[in-house]
Amino acid sequence: MKATREGYIEGLLEAGERDTRVVVVDGDVSRSTGTIAFKDRFPDRFFNLGIAEQNMAEYSAGLALAGFIPFYSTYAVFAAGRAWDQIRTSICNMNLNVRIGGAHGGTSVGPDGATHQALEDIAITRVLPNMTVLVPADANQTRQAVLASIDIDGPVYIRYGRNQVAELYNREESVVPGRGRLLRDGKNASIVAVGAMVSIALDAAGILSKKGIEVSVVDMVSIKPLDIQLLQYLSDVTELIVTAEDHQIAGGLFSAVSEYMSENCPERIIPVGINDRFGCSGTPDQVMKHCGLTAEAIVGKVEKAVKNK
Amino acid sequence: MISSKVVREDILRMIHTAGSGHPGGSLSMVEILIYLYWKEMKIDPENPDWEDRDRLVLSKGHGAPALYSVLARRGYFSVDKLDSLRKLGSGLEGHPHMQSLPGLDCSTGSLGQGLGIAAGLALGLAMKKSLARVFCILGDGELQEGSIWESAMSIPALKQKNIIAVVDRNRVQLDDAVNKIMPVEPLAYKWRAFGWAVAECDGHDPADIERAFSTKANKPLVIIAETVKGKGISFMEDQAQWHGRVPDKEQLKKALGELK
Repeated sequence: MKATREGYIEGLLEAGERDTRVVVVDGDVSRSTGTIAFKDRFPDRFFNLGIAEQNMAEYSAGLALAGFIPFYSTYAVFAAGRAWDQIRTSICNMNLNVRIGGAHGGTSVGPDGATHQALEDIAITRVLPNMTVLVPADANQTRQAVLASIDIDGPVYIRYGRNQVAELYNREESVVPGRGRLLRDGKNASIVAVGAMVSIALDAAGILSKKGIEVSVVDMVSIKPLDIQLLQYLSDVTELIVTAEDHQIAGGLFSAVSEYMSENCPERIIPVGINDRFGCSGTPDQVMKHCGLTAEAIVGKVEKAVKNK
Repeated sequence: MISSKVVREDILRMIHTAGSGHPGGSLSMVEILIYLYWKEMKIDPENPDWEDRDRLVLSKGHGAPALYSVLARRGYFSVDKLDSLRKLGSGLEGHPHMQSLPGLDCSTGSLGQGLGIAAGLALGLAMKKSLARVFCILGDGELQEGSIWESAMSIPALKQKNIIAVVDRNRVQLDDAVNKIMPVEPLAYKWRAFGWAVAECDGHDPADIERAFSTKANKPLVIIAETVKGKGISFMEDQAQWHGRVPDKEQLKKALGELK
């Protein structure tokens, strides 16, 4: 078990080593998100601008205009939400090479409660033209997402979390925009998951298999651009897709998958996610259970839908 | 140097032809832009992407017609193009869009963002050891945006010297006088308190503008330029309604006749 933020820091340090254009713009959370390690290694390329996200996003835009690759890093709820107009009008409209590192994504910040749980960040970043949105599932994949982002032309949002999640990938498995990963192949239904929900989806698949229901599991690490070839494959093989995300159902992975499928290969899609509510305090596991983000919830939805087919 | 009369004629004709746009805040910063593009900024219109050029971030992006006129008159693109303001595919977007027109160093339009972008750009240029400077023109109404003061705080804190802010203090915003909507004064005190060197000038007097720009300071410099919204046109001057109103044929004729 390892938190994805550890992968973010590892990736950031490696990216900083490989490419002198990489700089970090932080908002007084470097001890919490871990970016202080970047400050220690590259003090001349680290800027802590204090508790002022709008200014951070603007500096990042300016640094990108000057040819740098700034990682604008703070809690996802503020990174994406507090400075959304700056991200939209300055960063995305100019198609600038800013990387937005959204820490504490989803319910992973458990005890801090509703104010600090980013449950809308995927929706409000993926709606923006030119933006790439990556939601890695484990620490190794997060490291790879950071490294992959260096070569992407235009802005990138990377969401990562604070709580420990299962390790799914080896260090060398790369992240490619527009490519998801088929982790399990089954013909009765498909689960498309992101972030912390990927390992929970694999747990659900194991439970379902014991009940005689074989499901495919996809890690849709690249929410934008979506892996449409993989969705097409799922549509050819199965008649039911369940999406699983630690995010509002509205606007996130469920919406992204539904938008593509309704236009190209209509089939039944059922969401598991945060259903139009705010989070609350508790350990991440407790909050996820409270909000219905469990393997059992996925199993229940798949079972019911398969039986009622 | 181009005459301010020519640029004001361009602005009025462009907005009249486009059928929309912002005359008041375009007319108030004409002399500032002319001074910057003919006397102050190190630029090469033949080579608009020159890496070590000085940059301009027009934070009050609705003043685009004034900037477009100055860029065209300075040789970045054909003066004939000015007629195509706000027309589909012309590149003369309602608010500046960097990738659509030569000579633009930044896209702007949502108030409050330009100073921070200029600061990030200046920081990046300094890290690359470039001697280029970044100029940022702000409206005084725009200073109601909180993000401006985030940037005003960080620029002196980071000891940034290669950025010069200019406040086009025309004292009028869309709805009414700035001091009636939400007072921003006393501006010089506020900027000084945030760690800036302040120079004030008559924003319509080229010699006084030059004097303000020559201020030597060991801090980031802000120039507060006293201007008149709708400058030069009797019926537009100081009138909030001319923030975003279009002169009709008669008004255009009258306005052009008044320009000196």
